[in-house]
Amino acid sequence: MSTAAATSEAQSMELREVVGPSALGGGRRRFFDLLWLLAVTEFKRTYFGTVLGYLWSLIRPLMLFAVLLFVFTKIVRIGGETPNYAILLLFGIVLFSFFQEATQNSVTSVVAEEGVVRKTQFPRLVIPLATVLTAAFNFCLNLVVVFVFILAWGIDPTWSWLLFPFALTLLLVLTAAISMMLSVLFVRFRDVAIIWTVLAQVLFYATPVLYPITVVPEKYQHLLMINPLAPIFTEIQRWVINPGAESATEVTGGALGLLPAAAIFVGVCAFGVWIFRREAPRIAEEL
Amino acid sequence: MTDDATAITAPSQSATPPSQRPLAIQVEGLKKAFRIPTHRVDSLKERIVRPFSGREYRELQALKGIGFEVHQGEFFGIVGRNGSGKSTLLKLLASIYRADAGTIRMAGRLAPFIELGVGFNLELTARENVVLNGVMMGLTPGEASSRLDAVLEFAELDEFVDLKLKNYSSGMLVRLAFSTMLQADADVLLIDEVLAVGDASFQQKCADAFRRMKNEGKTIVLVTHEMATVEAYCHRAMLINDGEIQAIGEPAEVANRYLQLNFESAPESGGEEEARTSGDGVRMLDAWLKDGEGERASNVEDGQPIRLHVELEVERDADGLGVGFIIANAEGLGMFQFGTPVQDEEGSDQLRAGQRIEVEAELENPLAPGRYFVHCGVQRHGAGGEDVGLYTHNAVDFVVYGSQSSRGVLMLQHTIAARVGEGGAK
Repeated sequence: MSTAAATSEAQSMELREVVGPSALGGGRRRFFDLLWLLAVTEFKRTYFGTVLGYLWSLIRPLMLFAVLLFVFTKIVRIGGETPNYAILLLFGIVLFSFFQEATQNSVTSVVAEEGVVRKTQFPRLVIPLATVLTAAFNFCLNLVVVFVFILAWGIDPTWSWLLFPFALTLLLVLTAAISMMLSVLFVRFRDVAIIWTVLAQVLFYATPVLYPITVVPEKYQHLLMINPLAPIFTEIQRWVINPGAESATEVTGGALGLLPAAAIFVGVCAFGVWIFRREAPRIAEEL
Repeated sequence: MTDDATAITAPSQSATPPSQRPLAIQVEGLKKAFRIPTHRVDSLKERIVRPFSGREYRELQALKGIGFEVHQGEFFGIVGRNGSGKSTLLKLLASIYRADAGTIRMAGRLAPFIELGVGFNLELTARENVVLNGVMMGLTPGEASSRLDAVLEFAELDEFVDLKLKNYSSGMLVRLAFSTMLQADADVLLIDEVLAVGDASFQQKCADAFRRMKNEGKTIVLVTHEMATVEAYCHRAMLINDGEIQAIGEPAEVANRYLQLNFESAPESGGEEEARTSGDGVRMLDAWLKDGEGERASNVEDGQPIRLHVELEVERDADGLGVGFIIANAEGLGMFQFGTPVQDEEGSDQLRAGQRIEVEAELENPLAPGRYFVHCGVQRHGAGGEDVGLYTHNAVDFVVYGSQSSRGVLMLQHTIAARVGEGGAK
């Protein structure tokens, strides 16, 4: 390179303020490139390093499905009176597996990327979001299998299927917010990992995965509906599988009944975004 | 400066001097403090049990408001002892830490190389890491992939492209990191402690790469302990101590200040370096090093003569005394021993109680930069009579400072030439 060229190029560069690390920042294109690349890399690493590859991610929910199906149709028999119980159960398990996998993996995600965080400047938010996206890839593949089952079961597509992406978006947003919160809190408080394991287990039973909300005694239905996952799961089940089932608003007796769940949903999302933005600039110091 | 260094600076002299080019980095009033918990609260339980323990921390002022400017195309050295704040400064420049106060402004794209790394995930392969790093640096995934071959070729790691980094040796890792940084095509490079990387041939490659970047007009900020590197490459240098700028300017001057600083504060650290005297009949009054004007000094520039002045007092009548010195280096290795018999003006070696002995010595100074100690001994060399003697360990300590860093303990005057002849088959 000639010196003259270097000098003229150099003169065209202007001083810009360096603001330091943050949750976002550094350009939209780079953010999405990085998010996509991290998620794809992690997805490949998880499923191409093993002999059975992707099949593992399918086998896990299917095994759980088989066991639970046996328990709830042959032993406990709550499934008996519910139409399409098997499909309901499978769908619920796949949905909840996504939520659980994404949030559980994101707990340690920032700490696991320590080597990168301490040496490179990049939008910190991509770390938990890439973990969610990795789980989402897996989830999408599983959804394909679930829809094959649904059609094979004899359930016809209806117009209400078009509402499914809306519910899915809500689930995705909630998952992302919780992942952001957990990943950044874990940097400071290592017990977050244990707490979340327990809490996720509680949520599994408090969400209509194993059962439709309608089999729950009425006085507990309101309590369960405080959990923001409950109306989302209830609506997905109604829109996709059992169009005749009670909607979430019917269960809670009007839209007002959904207010606590909505408030918690908004609260969790706001807190997740707030805490991540607050902590992001100092993650490298705390590690 | 070595011949090598002159050769490096020569090509860029034809270009605009860096000091007249536009700024690449501008730092003003930069402050950074770290909270060091006296009791680290790492779990929620501790936080609940001791809700206020989070407030038990002490504040460590890593940077106390510093400001400097680096011009485009300048090779800028930052030196300082461990804990001086220089690494914190680098991390602030690299946007890894956020400053408490002050501004950093920078022109162009930056590539950092911090603590011998550029930020790799050890669970991923070299290929994945290099591409990821490229995207973090702001390249598109396509550009980042096309860069891969060049990176691997420079690092000489083509065969290991699909090996996970956790299986790499530390040397391989550093090579990969260094070439990743070089290929980032950034305008500003931040480099922390790098030149002791890899084997001799890779070091040579790094040195060549530095020279090339310097000639291409890249802005390079180099943090290092090696003064020889600073002098060989840097246009300007800055010395940081205790979060403040101690010196900024000519690399040679800054290097000298650094060496002085390094050795001045050394005695505070260990008691074993204090003077220890044991003796009978002779007392050490004082001992010091003299500079060219005859004033007391604590250091001497390399190549300049070492002048010693020692005052002793005889407490009892004695005869046949000799006084001797050993100069030892910081490791305790004796470098040189010399001495003289003590006689008065008439040539008598009979001394009476209360008499003073003044010793003046001047030595040539082939010592390499570093810290030295002078041990002083007084002994009777005749037989019989009363036993009189003295030994003072570390009677004087001094620092030889200089621009040259040397692998050896001595710097000897020398001539050397390498000639290339015609082939024999002419």
